[in-house]
Amino acid sequence: MATPGRATAIPAPESEEASSTSPARRQRQAGQGSWWSGIPGFVYLIALVLFPLIIILIYSFLSRAKLGVGVKWEFTLTPYTELLYSESLSGGRSFDPTYLQIIANSFWYAIITSIVCLVLAIPIAMWLATRPPERRTLLVFAVTIPFWTSLLIRTYSFIIILNDNGPINGALQAVGIIDEPIPMLYTPFATVVGLVYTFLPFMILPIYASAERFDFRLAEAAYDLGAGKWTVLRRVVLPSVRPGVIAGLVLVFIPALGSYLAPELLGGGKSSMIANVIAAQFGASRNWPFGAALSVLLLVITLLVLVVFALVAKRASRATGRGGWESLL
Amino acid sequence: MTQESLTRRSRRGVGAGLRDFPTFRAVSYIVFAFLYLPLVFVVAYSFNSNRVVSVWRGFTFSWYSEVLGNDAIQRALFNSLRIGFVATIVSVVLATGLAIGLLTMARAGRTFAWTLIGAPLIIPEIVFAIGTLSLFVQSRIPLGVNAITLAHIAFCIPFALLPIRARLRGVDPAVYEAAADLGANEWTIFRRITMPLLAPGIVAGALLAFIISLDDFIVSYFLAGPGGTTLPVYIFGMIRNAITPGVNALSTLMLIASILIVSLSYLLARKRR
Repeated sequence: MATPGRATAIPAPESEEASSTSPARRQRQAGQGSWWSGIPGFVYLIALVLFPLIIILIYSFLSRAKLGVGVKWEFTLTPYTELLYSESLSGGRSFDPTYLQIIANSFWYAIITSIVCLVLAIPIAMWLATRPPERRTLLVFAVTIPFWTSLLIRTYSFIIILNDNGPINGALQAVGIIDEPIPMLYTPFATVVGLVYTFLPFMILPIYASAERFDFRLAEAAYDLGAGKWTVLRRVVLPSVRPGVIAGLVLVFIPALGSYLAPELLGGGKSSMIANVIAAQFGASRNWPFGAALSVLLLVITLLVLVVFALVAKRASRATGRGGWESLL
Repeated sequence: MTQESLTRRSRRGVGAGLRDFPTFRAVSYIVFAFLYLPLVFVVAYSFNSNRVVSVWRGFTFSWYSEVLGNDAIQRALFNSLRIGFVATIVSVVLATGLAIGLLTMARAGRTFAWTLIGAPLIIPEIVFAIGTLSLFVQSRIPLGVNAITLAHIAFCIPFALLPIRARLRGVDPAVYEAAADLGANEWTIFRRITMPLLAPGIVAGALLAFIISLDDFIVSYFLAGPGGTTLPVYIFGMIRNAITPGVNALSTLMLIASILIVSLSYLLARKRR
């Protein structure tokens, strides 16, 4: 993970079978090592990935600790009802759409981000796929570089760019298009720009991986049959890069939904997403069980989205091969 | 399509023209600008002599000396490096074991293993951060540098694993058989055959793990405690308090480090393919 969105995985357990490994060859061979060498890593991941998730699940059914740090071991469903109702001091319950609104916001930002990324990624992926091979490798590497730089710094860069004195407002004012700076920073717009910037490579790379395998003789055949450029693009090229598009949508949508830094630094509190509320519960708001319940909700949504996309991908494509996080390397 | 246009096309051969779509080149240039201009601005404004970062006044190097001479920043850098080195070494050892183990693991085990390995990448980072925070608080492991290191190892494993596994899968099993036929035992084969063949993958994986650890903010932020401030956590504090070109100077140094390391990793991974 490493940054929200540091590649979301579509682990490729199947590819191992696919690699011409017959059952007989899978038998242990001299010197190939054996399965137990994986045990330490296995145990480590269980302790530091699985256990934390289990603890969050448990915490989400416990009561708030007196001082707010940690939990009180007393079963309750309050963290989940808090999602929809707020409790007044007198103990009365009333419907409170605050958190629903934030969840809806998160979806909305993630959807816009995915669409913008898709629109930008298809042309560049196709363009990359049609470059000469040597140059292509270098260009694809150039697309991945920003991904390997600090997410914090990449997000911060938009504070510089979008602020009232920043280069965009400066340029527009210098040209005389505007007199007063347009407020861009600390708006939902800034959040979405930050999200698009963060996740764009995740859309470009899988689509490129599909486009690279596209057989351009098919396009030539379509031209020969009298199709124009746009028809070829729409009817021949796009359908064959669909596996890449689906992978890209997963890789962008899921981490975008759980983003913390872009809304935190660029949204200015007006465009909080689920992750910001979770962070607040473990920080200033001091309500760990509620934060845990929100995390469980976010995890469930993430898994549901994965399942939906997996079903779509299964229906839509013949074997996709790579195109997941491995295309980053 | 007219006969004339057909001949024109065929004369040009199965050429670039047919493969290009209008506006795609322009969009591509714009996207590349979009990907790199923000980083260019970060670097450019690190030389700004004005305290207000985005109002340019003049050229100076002074932010770099100010940042590098700052005690708190040096401590944060030391923490980051220490966490990065330990997390890298441990995650690479675990990942190498996993890569070798995955080859011979039974199918069910392999699916489970891949789910676990991929999980740190799918789980929203905030959830992983507060999950490990809860785990450490629950099991009374003190927050700080060591807590951060423990968590970093977990999400460095998948990044370390990829190049190692790619390398391992490229090895012809016949080399092991040959070594065994010549009388080498398992340990000798591992030491003399497997490790040298995997070495470029292991170094590439280690470099990736190191950047991932070095650049991590969210997990470190929640696990830092009083003494565990890492460089990104420190930068976040600077951004929150007062943004000066010093933030840019520090960011520029981190950008350079990341880009150098990933380029090195990339070159190693491509080697002898």
